[in-house]
Amino acid sequence: QTPGASREHRVTLIPGDGIGPEVTNSVVQVVDQLKAPIRWDRFDGLSGAMPDGMPRLEVPAEVLDSIRKNKVCLKGTLFTPLSKKNTSTQSLNVQMRKDLELTVNLVHGFTLPGIPVRHEDLDIVVIRENLEGEYSGLEHEVVDGVVESLKVITEERSLRTAEYAFEFAFLNNRRRVTAVHKANIMKKGDGMFLKACKEVASRYPNIEYTEMIVDNTCMQLVSRPHQFDVMVTPNLYGNLVANIVAGLCGGNGIVPGGNIGTDVAVFEQGARHVSKKIAGQGIANPTALLLATSMMLRHLQLHSFSDRLEAAVMETFLSGDKSVLTPDVGGSGNTQTFTDAICEKL
Amino acid sequence: MSTQPITATLFPGDGIGPEISEAVKAIFKAAGAPIVWDEQHLGKTVDERTNSFVTRENLDSVLKHRIGLKGPMTTPIGKGFRSLNLTLRKELQLYANVRPCFSLPGYKTKYDNVNLITIRENTEGEYSGLEHEVVKGVVESLKVITRGASTRVAEYAFQYARDNKRSRVSALHKANIMKKADGLFIECCREVAERYPDIQYDEEIVDNACMTLVSDPSKFDVLVMPNLYGDIVSDLCAGLIGGLGLTPSANVGANGLALMEAVHGTAPDIAGKNLANPTALLFSGVMMLRHLGLHDIAEDIHKAALAVIAEGKYRTGDLGGTATCSDYTKAIIDKLQGRGGDDSD
Ligand SMILES: Nc1ncnc2c1ncn2[C@@H]1O[C@H](COP(=O)(O)OP(=O)(O)OP(=O)(O)O)[C@@H](O)[C@H]1O
Ligand SMILES: Nc1ncnc2c1ncn2[C@@H]1O[C@H](COP(=O)(O)OP(=O)(O)OP(=O)(O)O)[C@@H](O)[C@H]1O
Ligand SMILES: [Mg+2]
Ligand SMILES: [Mg+2]
Repeated sequence: QTPGASREHRVTLIPGDGIGPEVTNSVVQVVDQLKAPIRWDRFDGLSGAMPDGMPRLEVPAEVLDSIRKNKVCLKGTLFTPLSKKNTSTQSLNVQMRKDLELTVNLVHGFTLPGIPVRHEDLDIVVIRENLEGEYSGLEHEVVDGVVESLKVITEERSLRTAEYAFEFAFLNNRRRVTAVHKANIMKKGDGMFLKACKEVASRYPNIEYTEMIVDNTCMQLVSRPHQFDVMVTPNLYGNLVANIVAGLCGGNGIVPGGNIGTDVAVFEQGARHVSKKIAGQGIANPTALLLATSMMLRHLQLHSFSDRLEAAVMETFLSGDKSVLTPDVGGSGNTQTFTDAICEKL
Repeated sequence: MSTQPITATLFPGDGIGPEISEAVKAIFKAAGAPIVWDEQHLGKTVDERTNSFVTRENLDSVLKHRIGLKGPMTTPIGKGFRSLNLTLRKELQLYANVRPCFSLPGYKTKYDNVNLITIRENTEGEYSGLEHEVVKGVVESLKVITRGASTRVAEYAFQYARDNKRSRVSALHKANIMKKADGLFIECCREVAERYPDIQYDEEIVDNACMTLVSDPSKFDVLVMPNLYGDIVSDLCAGLIGGLGLTPSANVGANGLALMEAVHGTAPDIAGKNLANPTALLFSGVMMLRHLGLHDIAEDIHKAALAVIAEGKYRTGDLGGTATCSDYTKAIIDKLQGRGGDDSD
């Protein structure tokens, strides 16, 4: 055990909607088995929808307070009912990111041993601006049938995102950072994002810097993904790119992610989906959230716990026993058999 | 056959454009396609009437024939005039961009079961060109979504599905975030869907769709979406089947006007070397024939090209072969003519 590991860390836990509660339960069991010094402050039943199906308009203050106090949170996705009566301009997930100022989203896609993918040996990190751009929530109907939606790009947040990306690349021995943009069309907005990336790149002469237009990037991702290492993107492109990366690495049950602010960090699936279709069936793959938990443990400086968790996940895939894996990766097991297998490894 | 000849505008374009246009012309001739080409070249200087290198005569040709085929073009760099694509789109009111993507039998990629149509709204959205710096370091870009443009592209998508015997249309959107803008887009799609009860309709969030597309593209049929998502998703789909050398497209304008074009650029690295793959432009030509209702000839050409690619003997460099553009063209022509004797339709 890590010296000093006896200090208990409180972590806010939001199971969320859809498969959230199932994969969260898996995490709770595994963290128990790890004997990691984590105490959960758990908010069951927090849903993006009210019991009558109408959208919930605000994240409850006690939840935000808990995260602010604990500074660390593990979260499932909250569902956003699409309803004309949804007068909130934001989804709850977005609101939470904004309230907590989680400026950067990081998604780490890598292929796991033994699961069927089209391109082997991928290892791509997507670093995405998490608060502005197309997610500004500023929209209005100018006249009947004409809607304007504002995309807001600021120099400050662009620089922060770029700085995070390059520092991440530097600290993790990564060779290359690719900035994704559409500055040929959005000359000013995406242009400003690119300028920030360029400026930061010049401070990291040992990291190769390239720029790529977003449509071409997506084509390259599906045909020659190995050229990518660290990718840095404005908000919406990051959403699409991260989902493509997740798809390449085995789906949203596999790829972990995190949101990082100045003093708060929230960990979650890399591809944030509620997966209503399979919810409640006990077959969701908890890998993405387990790996996100491993990221969280590292963030808490609980390195040996983090390593052991990651190793247990790896070994479970390496062992090639399909009977314990979930159906999305070709297994015949379910959430519980997979969780048990991990606990056994631990 | 008693079909009247139809005149169509042809822009051979720049770079590899002239080579692949020659290939298409030769193949059309061999197939007996009743097309007379009105060849158009862009101006060498800016035409004041259009404020672009696209001349008034260029535009009038397409407006007159209402059908055309366009090779790739280089947009000259400089300020004070409109880009080629923007000029064509605005002047011809090309409101929808249609891109079929399907796996070529016998040409192996990582994805074998692709058979998708992407239909992209082409006039508004994030491409409004309205941007300004509010204060230093803060830029606003306007995305504009209108009921008119959304309904028009949705109608095109459903009609396309019906005409081409497709069973399902999926609208891609991000209405969970852009509730009003993308919300309006899907509202229009829903309204149109009601008028097409024979076509199944569903909606999917665009990021989720991207993930599904790279894991199992066979889950989709016809996709319709706003401008930026269309740009991204259509390139993604092209990537699934092996790249731009294979992907045709159609730009559809008001009252059935259509300008087909290859998706790829001018490929200056291989221009003039007889190395280009004419398939994307050829399949754009096939789309043109289908648009004109010449389904049999379209089918003949399509099948002949697929057969040559499947046999593998004559493939261009981008498909891993060593054939020249003219070898490949000749192989298709031979296929077409070899078939001449054995049926009598
Ligand atoms: N953690 C997971 N484990 C296994 N499969 C998953 C997981 N998350 C998502 N999936 C699969 O990925 C698919 C896409 O999920 P997603 O939640 O994005 O969309 P959905 O279920 O179609 O729609 P929605 O949840 O928005 O109503 C799901 O249908 C599900 O089968
Ligand atoms: N029809 C084709 N046949 C063979 N190779 C092609 C073809 N089209 C494109 N390529 C290859 O793909 C590369 C990229 O092509 P493309 O011309 O689209 O690039 P681009 O830089 O976008 O050009 P443009 O500025 O004209 O749009 C080319 O350099 C060429 O090697
Ligand atoms: Mg494009
Ligand atoms: Mg190009």
